[in-house]
Amino acid sequence: MTGPGQADRAGQAPATSIEPAASPTTLQVSHVDVKYRVRGRDRLALHDVSFHIGRNESYGLVGESGSGKSTMALALTRYLPRNGRVSSGSISIGGRDPLAMNRSALRDLRARTVSMVYQEPGKALNPSIKVGRQLGEVFEIAGSDKADAALRSEAMLRTVQIADPGRVMDAYPHQLSGGMAQRVVIAMALAASPSLLILDEPTTALDATVEAEVLDLVAGLRDKLDTSVLFISHNLAVIAKMCDRVGVLYAGELIEEGPASEVFDQPRHPYTVGLLRCIPRQGQRKDHGRLDAIPGFLPQPGDQLAGCIFAPRCPIAVQQCRDAPPPAFDVGPGRTSRCYRHDETSGLPRSTPADVQLPAPATSAEPVVTMRNLSKTFASKGGHVAALAGVNLDLGLGETLGLVGESGSGKTTLARLLLGLTAPDQGSAISLDGKPLGADLAHRGREQLKALQIVFQNPDSALNRRHTVRRLISRPLVKLAGLSGTALQDRLMSLVASVRMEERHLSLRPSQLSGGLKQRVAIARAFGGSPRIVVCDEPTSALDVSVQAAILNLLADLQAKERVTYLFISHDLGVVRYLSDRIAVLYLGRIMETGPADRVFAGPHHPYTEALLSAVPSLDGQRRTRIKLAGEIPSAASPPSGCVFHTRCPRRLSSGICESTEPPLAEVEPGHLMSCHIPLDELRIMQNIGASDDNRAPEP
Amino acid sequence: MTDVVATAPAQITPALRARRELPTWRLLLRRPSFVIGAMILLFWIVCAVFGNAIAPHDPLAQNLLSINKPPSAAHWFGTDSLGRDVLSRVIVGARTILIITPLATLLGTVLGTALGLAMGYFGGWLDTLVSRLVEAVLALPAVIIAFLFIVALGASITTLIIVIGFIFTPLIARTVRSAVQVERQLDYLSSARLLGERPMRIMFVEILPNVIPTVVVEFTVRLGYAIFAVATLAFLGFGVQVSTPNWGSDINASYGLLGAGFWWTTLFPALAIAFLVIAINLVADSVQQAAAG
Repeated sequence: MTGPGQADRAGQAPATSIEPAASPTTLQVSHVDVKYRVRGRDRLALHDVSFHIGRNESYGLVGESGSGKSTMALALTRYLPRNGRVSSGSISIGGRDPLAMNRSALRDLRARTVSMVYQEPGKALNPSIKVGRQLGEVFEIAGSDKADAALRSEAMLRTVQIADPGRVMDAYPHQLSGGMAQRVVIAMALAASPSLLILDEPTTALDATVEAEVLDLVAGLRDKLDTSVLFISHNLAVIAKMCDRVGVLYAGELIEEGPASEVFDQPRHPYTVGLLRCIPRQGQRKDHGRLDAIPGFLPQPGDQLAGCIFAPRCPIAVQQCRDAPPPAFDVGPGRTSRCYRHDETSGLPRSTPADVQLPAPATSAEPVVTMRNLSKTFASKGGHVAALAGVNLDLGLGETLGLVGESGSGKTTLARLLLGLTAPDQGSAISLDGKPLGADLAHRGREQLKALQIVFQNPDSALNRRHTVRRLISRPLVKLAGLSGTALQDRLMSLVASVRMEERHLSLRPSQLSGGLKQRVAIARAFGGSPRIVVCDEPTSALDVSVQAAILNLLADLQAKERVTYLFISHDLGVVRYLSDRIAVLYLGRIMETGPADRVFAGPHHPYTEALLSAVPSLDGQRRTRIKLAGEIPSAASPPSGCVFHTRCPRRLSSGICESTEPPLAEVEPGHLMSCHIPLDELRIMQNIGASDDNRAPEP
Repeated sequence: MTDVVATAPAQITPALRARRELPTWRLLLRRPSFVIGAMILLFWIVCAVFGNAIAPHDPLAQNLLSINKPPSAAHWFGTDSLGRDVLSRVIVGARTILIITPLATLLGTVLGTALGLAMGYFGGWLDTLVSRLVEAVLALPAVIIAFLFIVALGASITTLIIVIGFIFTPLIARTVRSAVQVERQLDYLSSARLLGERPMRIMFVEILPNVIPTVVVEFTVRLGYAIFAVATLAFLGFGVQVSTPNWGSDINASYGLLGAGFWWTTLFPALAIAFLVIAINLVADSVQQAAAG
């Protein structure tokens, strides 16, 4: 039984309680270099990385893509690809050196001492073998017979909080949801009682509510099972929540290390400071304060830098930084920073000016777009799936409507219906400036096509890789704006400049650009026809945080300049809050709550919104009550009776009305609509005062 | 400082991973099998173009005083039952086959690609119809279908090209169709539709450049099949006029004499066919492997 505080944030424990010297180390990494041989040349992927993990300690490695996080994990168990090798330094796991092991010793290490959990649970499980068999195998390798292995598998599934282990053991991996599959993978990883558990982005592919459950599970198991954890993530808030100590990787070097709470509260390296400033924190919004993006790019693998690797991007770099690499300075108990100027990081100057031009508040009373009774039913084998059921929404001029909800809630369907990529059901109506919009693209005129554009999540998929940037951006100018000749060239150049790209990029193809630049091309294309409404479908979720900040700033700037309306879809509530004026919360194709962003975030919220908000790990350390959602999102093919959320609602009324009657979407405050039987005042009391005692889901 | 850095975390869709890229010449020339195949192929192309100049004798000249002579210094590959030089006939015989097969394959590739684009992009009844047609074509040996057409239309180079091209069309269409379906899952097609692009433009300007690698691989593979088809038809007596040297017809004319010990008149044309097919398969395999990465 774990205490209520434990699952929330391990890092909140005072730093004095962490005394790595007192406990024997499970993992010791000393001055490790890893090189990849690429086209006959060695590329340094990790340089002089040293850290240790004490017994039952949780250590976080955080960094952006390309920083070498996963390379570190692979090096520990000698899973590096054939062209990679640890070229110097040493690794010791429980006193044994995996680099010196022969085949059988290595197999034994992987089977008994170290376990790994990766990002995609679906890929870690064999799709053609039942879960029970796969899990049982782990015990059989450890010496159990078949019957015993089955019993222990069942017990292990119970340990990872699977309520119905019998059913899960008899299922094939594809029959499990993502969260359930990840639990099974964790169960397999823990089956051999490893002394070190490596988790490489274990929750990145999961929804926020599921992520929160898996993180709680891992935190709880760590206390119970006496296992050390190496937790790798790009998500600073997840690391803050899960880890005692943290190391920040940048371009293959561990630039800062220390207790998680201290590193995130008082970073002592300019890169860590920059990373933290990139993230929209509690309450930060586009109209007060721009995000501070880190300028420049990661050094190329081949680049030889004489000094500090971060110097080219560092706002406080001096000549010394460029001349010699900084050693790891001791900057406090258990803390190091590879920065000569580690004492000056708190006053780090901003790289992006903070001032923003506020868009004039939307004055027109008429909304630009109205959606009435918008529904979409897909025919499937088992009957009809209502992806969207009777949604009413308005989009005002120049505002941002943030659309949130778990995967499968109908966010993308709504966007596709609005754009005309999919035709809605009969009886649905969308109008633009009061005039009805054609059901799909074939029924929309050029002006209507011009009005609505989209920025997709994944620019690799959204940009034709055979076309040059010039062609990609020019096409809407020709096709929608009807430009040609010098007018086309002028507009092209101004558009390219407005997304902060340069003329030299025009002749390149998407594969030659970084992720951030690709997304800028996609944004430029969307704005080419001077649209009225731009749908942003998770536009930053495929990008690193430092790149995300620059893209969010760009979107805010373009909105202020062009007065476009955004329909902004994201699973990242921090990002949604930063950019949105209004919020709509979708669940099973229905709007649960909609209203001004500050009202929706401040509460009282719909119980579903409350659960979504509480699931998001926060960097700001304020203790938040986790509202746990029971079970998985129900199938849209057979939505629950009454309120569709009642099956998972922690605040369901005992009167039975939630099960029998669907609550109307009613205005509870001016402009704030909610679909819930519980009166607003009662929600206010539940959520603000009585929330922490009575309504917590009991810990198992 | 360059900005050509890949930074996006690993969220590559499966569709993106399955796609082929067109291999570069440098990549191909690093593969020994490609180099060997290309060299053999080049040899036969030289024979086809300059055949009469290279051949030591007139391939049509009959010499009734030296019929069915085994290989010798004067006639390296021996002479046939009409006293014609087998080596010269093999060299000059490359021409017919190297005219018919690339043209037939090209015809099939062009038609098949267009059809495959339409099937993959529009789906629906067109897709169903052509898919059934493909199954029908596959159920019958290609040679038998060609047979029927040639009997109906009469044997000529043009007929052979058209018949083989038409037989290949649904087969190539099916391969292109699956490549198009991979592309269809990608958002750039939605983007094009949102710009109001017409289906023709989407198929030929947006999708086609992305499926070209598949088309190239398919062309090289089909070329090998075409050689077989042409040689088989000629062997069965449905080739072009007898006076033109033709490997298949030559085998047909002489294999009856194998029992009498006159092996050279059959073996050398057969080897010629084998080498040409092997060469094309070596090239096709290399292109395919290099395209798959």
